[in-house]
Amino acid sequence: MEQQIVKVKNKKGVKVIPGFGLSLGVTLAMLGCLVLIPLASIFISASQLSFGEFIETVTSRQVVSGYIVSFSCAFSAALINVVFGVVLAWVLVRYEFPGKRVMDGLIELPFALPTAVAGISLTYLYSDQGWIGALFDKIGVKIAYTRIGITIAMVFVGIPFVVRAVQPILEKLDRQYEEAAAMLGAGKLYTFFRVILPELFPAMLAGFGLALARGIGEYGSVVFIAGNIPYKTQIAPLLIMTKLEQYKYADATAIALVLLVISFLLMLVINSVQIYMQRFSKA
Amino acid sequence: MSEKKKQRMYDQDVSGDGLHSIQKVIEPPRETSRPVIKYVLIGVSVLFLFVMLILPLIVVVVNALSDGWAAYQEAVLDEYTVKALMLTLLATVTAVAVNTIFGVFSAYLLSKFYFRGRQVLASLIDIPFSISPVIAGLVFILTFGNIGWMGDFLKAHDIKIVFAVPGVVLATIFVTFPFVFRELFPVLNAQGKDEEEAAALMGAGGFTIFRRITFPHIKWALLYGVILCTARAMGEFGAVSVISGHLRGKTNTLPLHVEILYNEFNTTAAFAVSSILVLLAVLILIARNLVEWKKK
Repeated sequence: MEQQIVKVKNKKGVKVIPGFGLSLGVTLAMLGCLVLIPLASIFISASQLSFGEFIETVTSRQVVSGYIVSFSCAFSAALINVVFGVVLAWVLVRYEFPGKRVMDGLIELPFALPTAVAGISLTYLYSDQGWIGALFDKIGVKIAYTRIGITIAMVFVGIPFVVRAVQPILEKLDRQYEEAAAMLGAGKLYTFFRVILPELFPAMLAGFGLALARGIGEYGSVVFIAGNIPYKTQIAPLLIMTKLEQYKYADATAIALVLLVISFLLMLVINSVQIYMQRFSKA
Repeated sequence: MSEKKKQRMYDQDVSGDGLHSIQKVIEPPRETSRPVIKYVLIGVSVLFLFVMLILPLIVVVVNALSDGWAAYQEAVLDEYTVKALMLTLLATVTAVAVNTIFGVFSAYLLSKFYFRGRQVLASLIDIPFSISPVIAGLVFILTFGNIGWMGDFLKAHDIKIVFAVPGVVLATIFVTFPFVFRELFPVLNAQGKDEEEAAALMGAGGFTIFRRITFPHIKWALLYGVILCTARAMGEFGAVSVISGHLRGKTNTLPLHVEILYNEFNTTAAFAVSSILVLLAVLILIARNLVEWKKK
């Protein structure tokens, strides 16, 4: 959005600023060696699989349920994050209250806290003996070692993405539209849903996408609270891990490839919707 | 609403802030309901942050100290804990150094020069950001492991990458690869290239231009990127977990050590070691906020 690359054509192709060759060389060399070549290995290994084996691996019951757990939990977590993320961003931008700066600083905590630490801590908190888990246990709801637990862990890792996507847009939002809406007789809720929300929508979608991607790929914070019950709470990244521990590299590659492709397609859809929304709102 | 009150509002309007008091006159009842919404929303936010973010931290501290100070000290000063801390520091420092070099060069390249394929290059740099850490670890096994296409070569030359320290470092670099770039690029792109062009036309060399013109623009963003990169590198679990082989005292990073202790039902020790990471995370958060404040 803001980071869009400005297209200025240098007619003669003369580069005035020195350092093009050097920076291009360093960038390509490092990107190639550290990211692209290793990443290509996954495609090389996958190409060694026969098509039949590939299909058999990724459609086995365990793997399919792994994908379903990962995607459904990441999706619900991203939705929850959009709701709370907008509330948090709203409170941080629009209201003044003591402790606001501390609250603002805390948002990045899930980012700074190692995921394994978050994982064991959340597991302790939400297990039947934990501080929160015990409360829910009384009403018969189990959180740890169920999909609810997985979703909570994914909410934890995803929340900064939504808040930090929405916050700058909300800061820049011109208040005159709200004033106009109010003068025209719109109520606060009506103004929020019909005037403010459409402006925030692309940012919410971007935050949703990032939180979703993070949730799907997340391993550290989820693996402890998931309990890894086959067919129920095994997430897709864990399946890759299990296959690797059994030295079934081909299976691991196949699962990873499908996960990559689905994530990529999801991002593509979200990006297209976002671009469409932006065009629509500008027109 | 009484006529008297309405009249008072019109009077206020004459004496100042026109828009707002007109708004008040048009819909006075909502003005009184507004603080309620405000406090409800603040309440929801505080509750959410407390339950989701603060409580897990309290859990770590309480559990770490649950067997007393002596047990805590023993767990933290344990030989394997110290070794794991050293490896974590090594991997973090290397990843930050490598990604800083990459971030500066690539952000400079993509913001100061226009060439075909810039967009593609920018999206390629972002790849590690959206990949599952487990897959990040997997790609290195598929490259350098026994079954990898470089496996035979490495074996012949007796170089160990997978299940060894270089693998841990490489995986850490991979997952934090775009962090510095992502902070620098928007700043440099917004700054444009006029200043650098002017300097180049006046005869300044490449290094001088960078040091005197580009760097002052990006110093806070750079520091910010380094802090984010440190946070992520220090806590990386998935990718490192795949490639490290969990060799105690050799390829175990602090987060992996936490996992091992936890799986051995040594909960107190696991939380004690976690508390080191919590402390580092809090320090990183404070540094982040200081830099954010300085940037403005």
